Amino acid sequence: MSATATVTVSFDGVSFRYPDTDAPTLSDVDLQIHEGELILVIGPTGSGKTTFLRAINGLVPHFSGGRLGGRVRVSGHDTEHHAPRELADVVGFVPQDPSDSFVCDTVEEELAYAMENLGIAPVVMRRRVEETLDLLSITDLRDRNTATLSGGQQQRVAIAAVLTASPRILVLDEPTSSLDPAAAEEVLAAITRLVHDVGLTVIMAEHRLERVGHLADRVIIFDGPTPTIAEPAEAMISAPVVPPVVELGRAMGWRPLPLSVRDARRHAAELRERLGSTTAPPASMPAEQHVIDQIDEIHGNGAGDSIPEPVVAASHVTVRYHRSPALRDVDLVIRAGEIVSIMGRNGAGKSTLLHVLAGLRSPDGGSATILGASPHGLTGHERIRRVGLVPQDPSILLYAETVDGECRLADREGGLAAGTTADTLERLMPGLAPHAHPRALSEGQRLALALAVVMAHEPRVLLLDEPTRGLDYPAKRRLADSLDDLAGRGVAVVFATHDVELAASVAHRVVVLAGGEVIADGPARDVVCHSTVFAPQVAKIMAPDEWLTVEEIVRALDRGTTVP
Amino acid sequence: MTATVAPPVVRAEPRPVHPGAWWTWAVGLAATSARTSNLAILGLIAVVVCLVVWACRVPTPLAHAHALFLRLALAVIVLRMVLQILFAPRIPGHVVFTLPEATLPGWAAGISIGGPVTVESLVGGFIGAARLALVLICIGAVNTLTTPSRLLRSLPAVLYEAGVAVTVALTATPQAVISTERIREARLLRGRPTRGPGALRGIAVPVLDGALARSLTLAASMDARGYGRRALDGSRHRWSGVVLIIGLVTLCVGAYGVLAAGTGPQLGAAGLGAGTLCCGIALLAASRGGVRTRYRPVRWDGRASALALAGIAPLAATFATDPLVLQPPLTPLSWPTVPTAIAVGLIIALAPMVVAPNAERSDARSGDPS
Repeated sequence: MSATATVTVSFDGVSFRYPDTDAPTLSDVDLQIHEGELILVIGPTGSGKTTFLRAINGLVPHFSGGRLGGRVRVSGHDTEHHAPRELADVVGFVPQDPSDSFVCDTVEEELAYAMENLGIAPVVMRRRVEETLDLLSITDLRDRNTATLSGGQQQRVAIAAVLTASPRILVLDEPTSSLDPAAAEEVLAAITRLVHDVGLTVIMAEHRLERVGHLADRVIIFDGPTPTIAEPAEAMISAPVVPPVVELGRAMGWRPLPLSVRDARRHAAELRERLGSTTAPPASMPAEQHVIDQIDEIHGNGAGDSIPEPVVAASHVTVRYHRSPALRDVDLVIRAGEIVSIMGRNGAGKSTLLHVLAGLRSPDGGSATILGASPHGLTGHERIRRVGLVPQDPSILLYAETVDGECRLADREGGLAAGTTADTLERLMPGLAPHAHPRALSEGQRLALALAVVMAHEPRVLLLDEPTRGLDYPAKRRLADSLDDLAGRGVAVVFATHDVELAASVAHRVVVLAGGEVIADGPARDVVCHSTVFAPQVAKIMAPDEWLTVEEIVRALDRGTTVP
Repeated sequence: MTATVAPPVVRAEPRPVHPGAWWTWAVGLAATSARTSNLAILGLIAVVVCLVVWACRVPTPLAHAHALFLRLALAVIVLRMVLQILFAPRIPGHVVFTLPEATLPGWAAGISIGGPVTVESLVGGFIGAARLALVLICIGAVNTLTTPSRLLRSLPAVLYEAGVAVTVALTATPQAVISTERIREARLLRGRPTRGPGALRGIAVPVLDGALARSLTLAASMDARGYGRRALDGSRHRWSGVVLIIGLVTLCVGAYGVLAAGTGPQLGAAGLGAGTLCCGIALLAASRGGVRTRYRPVRWDGRASALALAGIAPLAATFATDPLVLQPPLTPLSWPTVPTAIAVGLIIALAPMVVAPNAERSDARSGDPS
């Protein structure tokens, strides 16, 4: 940025409080964003990132209600006097889940919608639609119905739909949180192009710092209602939420702190050498052996020859939707205490497999059993004691008006001692306000509540569909710890995820689906380290050695130095 | 435009015909069937509609609508026949069979149950049902020939808000179905009943709650993209609204004149003429404000005029036909005849097969122009 860059967004002493809440969501926000900058907004879930982003185009407070103090100016317009609709050609806002925000039924009309509202001449509209289709590489989607787009396509169409109004500022709320790695890559590449070639000012909340961290000009860090703004490398040293690559850099004391895998690899050769000299790279432990060890630990018997009973058995499972197969001939055996991660593209059949295992759908061919019985048709206590599924949108599991009410409801349903669910929740996410409405919680908090409700019944099999959607790194770590804890108590845990870091840190076994077929099934280390798409950051940095997590490396180094 | 701008990619697909033309065509045929009780004419209209649907349908979200409406039409006929046999007033004539008759108390006089069933009564019932069925078939057809959203996009500016409301409602319905299914599953997962009155409340509340949350998201998105930014100014809006309503009422009177077989063409023509004029003035006044622009509007072209005329032709022919032929008496029963004027009108109504055949079927153009 040149020293004379003009300020395009400015927050002057901004504070904000939602109606009926005591604590302010934003307070004393003072910052300036210059033209052409790419700004990342990071912070733990529920820390006010979305509120901040929505304040830029005036959705907060015009749409949310609540009290906004101070001034927000966008290209000279004060949001106090300008409603979001009057800023449509100044700020383009893409919400977190764009599928709910589509107005028209074809992509082309969706792109033209904002321009129609602005009264732009038809000739100009036509040209801008064509150019924007090219800019985001979605020309082949122009006649598609917006309801039939995949996640990555939805994001790109939603971005295109706000860009046609030719705003100079683009605001994105976690554009990749629900996408598989390849689709996330597509979206981030498109955003990068907008920053570099078009010179847009982009303000984006994003957890995948490793992808965009090195492109960002500055980072806004939320850790409480007052954010701080800093250069990326400087921000990462103290940021509360960091990707594994930064965590490794911090642990190893690398300076300047590497922000991308590429930067980190420069330091990796030396680290590999140190590790190589202290201890051999961890051998890939067979999943079953791992489980046996754990089970032995629990039962305190050193016998070790009893393989835990298989609790989930699927054989030749085939499922068809409208004649097109969603699952083909899937065989899967999962034993008590195992943690299995199911990975694959969007639409590879992950959710379908979980639905079959949970008995929400009976297979069209083959059979699926849980503890020897078909889960399809189970109801009431029978069901919740055997199998629990936390769906992609956990809020649909919740009914009560308050967190506390939900916990008491779950206790009653399962005939549990009063307070069981509340205790489970406290372990998962401490300090959740008991009187908060579940809808008012952040995504991570809602997930924790839903998980607590399911886990309180101690089902023998726990299924989770995309559990890390909208979670930051600390929340993911807490989730991983609780899954580990459950598996230690003999629960079979199966989760479908795009999140390679979660799979790497907690799964014993990884099953990869493609086109409804199992294309890989083996110990997590073997499967993810040898994949280009599913390899976690640490594995990419340390390749060809097979390390998965920062923790592992740190532990190995400690052992290496203490044991000469 | 300047020379530096790349020429826009030309879409291979031919532009669709104006949806208003398809609606005129379908309403013309529906009105024709409403004006006659001649079974031969009704049968020919059904054939015409089905032929055009077969030749011109486009892959719309409601592409299956025609089959659905055909089934509905059949159901209407069956139901009407059953009711006719059970409850119909006695029409004297050739008795086919006799049902046991129930004697109703004095206060229910005028309603008869059972009794002799005559050929005349069956034919009369069938004709009544067939007319209703044909209206359904015409509506089903038009949904297969053009998408409802395209019609909404062609609405004049003064009706824009109403159009948006309908569009949002149309997309909300399939979403409600999906979310009902997901919430039912969620109840199952928590071991709660999925049937019964308790479950109904437990499912309906979250579905409505979800729909509300979704509409808030949608509203925020529409607002952020400039919806309502350039609204009509109040007085002009009100004034044109009043004129539009007067116009629509007059149109209704005109439509009654056309459809009611007893009236001559004068009332219909006068009503339709005055109504169209009023609506035209209102729409013109409203659109003069230059409120919002429209992306690639579907233009009313020669094909559209041809389609509209093709639909009006058989309707016009009914005014040139002897009422006795249009409404043949049930007693004595006679074979219906098709007068030349009507036959010509119905042949003209087949024009869409030539003017606007389905692009995919004719596969004249496909892929990129290279």
